[in-house]
Amino acid sequence: MSNAAYPANRQEKTSGVNPATTSGDARIVSRRWLLFKAAIALNGAVGLVLAVPIFRYLLAPWRKDASYESWVSLGALDEFPVGETRLANYKNPSADPWDGQTDNVACYVRREGPGEFKVFAINCAHLGCPVRWFPQSQLFMCPCHGGVYYADGSRASGPPERGLFTYNWKIVSDNLQIDAGQMPTLSNTAKLVTISTRPGDSKCSG
Amino acid sequence: MQRMKQTALDIYAWFERRLQLEGPVKEAVLHQVPRQTASWWYVFGSAAFTLLFLQIFTGILLALVYVPSAGHAWQSLNVLNHQIPLGWFLRALHGWGSNFMVAIVLIHMAQVFLFGAYKFPRELTWILGVFLLLMTLGMAFTGQVLRFDQDAYWGLGIGASIMSRVPWIGSGLVHLLLGGPIIAGATLSRFFALHVFVIPGTLLLFVFLHVWMVLKLGVNDWPMPGRVVRRATYMEEYHHLAHTDGIPFVPGAFWKDLVFSGAILAAVAVCAMVFGPFGPGGQPDPSIIQTVPKPDFFFLWIYTILSYLPPQMETPFLLIVPLLAIAILLALPLVAAEGEKSWYRRPVAVLVVSTVAVCFGVLTHLGTTTPWSPHMSAWSGDPLPVNRIHDATPLARQGAVVFQAKQCRNCHSVGGSGGERGPALDAVATRLTIDQMRFKVVTGGGNMPAYGKNLSPSEIEALVRFLETLHPANEPPAYDASRRTVEASQAADSAGEASSLRANEGSTP
Repeated sequence: MSNAAYPANRQEKTSGVNPATTSGDARIVSRRWLLFKAAIALNGAVGLVLAVPIFRYLLAPWRKDASYESWVSLGALDEFPVGETRLANYKNPSADPWDGQTDNVACYVRREGPGEFKVFAINCAHLGCPVRWFPQSQLFMCPCHGGVYYADGSRASGPPERGLFTYNWKIVSDNLQIDAGQMPTLSNTAKLVTISTRPGDSKCSG
Repeated sequence: MQRMKQTALDIYAWFERRLQLEGPVKEAVLHQVPRQTASWWYVFGSAAFTLLFLQIFTGILLALVYVPSAGHAWQSLNVLNHQIPLGWFLRALHGWGSNFMVAIVLIHMAQVFLFGAYKFPRELTWILGVFLLLMTLGMAFTGQVLRFDQDAYWGLGIGASIMSRVPWIGSGLVHLLLGGPIIAGATLSRFFALHVFVIPGTLLLFVFLHVWMVLKLGVNDWPMPGRVVRRATYMEEYHHLAHTDGIPFVPGAFWKDLVFSGAILAAVAVCAMVFGPFGPGGQPDPSIIQTVPKPDFFFLWIYTILSYLPPQMETPFLLIVPLLAIAILLALPLVAAEGEKSWYRRPVAVLVVSTVAVCFGVLTHLGTTTPWSPHMSAWSGDPLPVNRIHDATPLARQGAVVFQAKQCRNCHSVGGSGGERGPALDAVATRLTIDQMRFKVVTGGGNMPAYGKNLSPSEIEALVRFLETLHPANEPPAYDASRRTVEASQAADSAGEASSLRANEGSTP
């Protein structure tokens, strides 16, 4: 059954009969098949060539951490009283005009001394929900799964594996600047720290 | 009249001559199916199919107005809700249609599993079905993102946080998911492309193949105990059954599909009309942190699991279990292609479905009440019941103030209101002595933060004096026997030996 059409090949070759007369002829058919295969190979090659720029385009956001970081200002130093934790906003450095409100990123600034700061990401180290600061009890609480952090950002209780993410900061002409630009997650900020679940043990130096 | 009929027939013939659809359509609708498959149990697949087209139709109508831009999506949803006549109804139809579709797809899957319909020769139909389920869930999640509000924003944050746990390439994956370093315009654009082009396109192709195979391989015969599937004999047995005890698919079995699909569409419409559209909630501004993000209904169970897993188990669980579950679902028909179909002979299958259903129900219920989350405004919003402080000493009242002001109430309820993260404290004094309470407040432990640094000694003293009053009237507070001896001997020092002995004799807690 399978040698009804094309694969009659071998028989005709061995028979030695003049081939170029019928449409089922082996040489004509094999030439067509050769052309067909060549056409497929051509399309495959073109596809491969096209795939390279397409993949490059698709992977465009896949950049190294550092290329997403830049220093942004959180405001004058006077806005942050010593010993207090304040919510601060900044505009994300890599903003597009169509980002709308999503560029307004918040963070917590804790001024521990005149020239000593800690800047915490708003995102819970568990799953990124926005933690809220309660000055009365000096705790950060997360509304999603109940993660709680102490005032210094270390883990107090709940599902987070570590303390709050922190930003690098510096003071430039009486302005507090932080090294911001990407959503803090376990994959970027966390790799710089040793994860510990003991309270007061997680040092996150962002 | 006769002429008009003739003209209509001529027009039909003109098209049929060119389209030549009559043959395949007749073959599809009139093919014989086993009589017992004309059952109300077999209607879920066609209902899912109907809902898919409802979603495509309403989705296109919404796309006439919706703006897939992070800066404008939220406003355009509000325009749909409030300004375009019946825009709210279209949004509600699409939202409820989505919920119904996920539910029907899950029910369809459970039914197919219990009826052994994944066995030979329908293995590939099941495998495509698994992908259809995943794509349906993908549509539900990306759809939630397109409703670009606070829940969508923080839901993306949770997605990114989960992605970030992948070793080595986590950071790149997060950027790929978000289309950049943060959740912003690029994120919404790519989720729009996924929701409107990529997933629906693949979904339609897979649905076509899925239905094609149902038509070609026949509707699964009703499982009978003892009628065992064997690769060598099944096809012959099935065709014998379909032709000796069979009926044409249309209308014999199909009228029930039609009735059920109609009923489901009506149910979607009624829900849409009565309950209205979903959101949008607060605007997607990440600097507004007064928010309690929550996923949509069908993802609440994941939300619950994530709160109950021990921290060190989370990453392996998140990265391994979903892949394992999908692998098991895909491998099922290949491993169990033969054998009994009837649920009477497959107790493990019944047990698996009921366990999964119970787990889903319990986890979803917990996800709606979120007992693990602190109630962020309980400390200022839930006053203490008056009878708890009516007869309290000034020190205990001061402790009650500390109890409220230091957010203890966010995790502990009194009188039925407050957080449920920690135990209710209505009768805490019967469980812990005052020293144990002091120790617990200072050092924390379990899920409780240590308050030692955050409360002054006088605040701690007032607080435990208040907690000491929290016990039922007929149940005395717990008391440390050794403390009583110490106090008695102190009393003896001041009041003399004779009275101290009396105090010791008469004091049993």
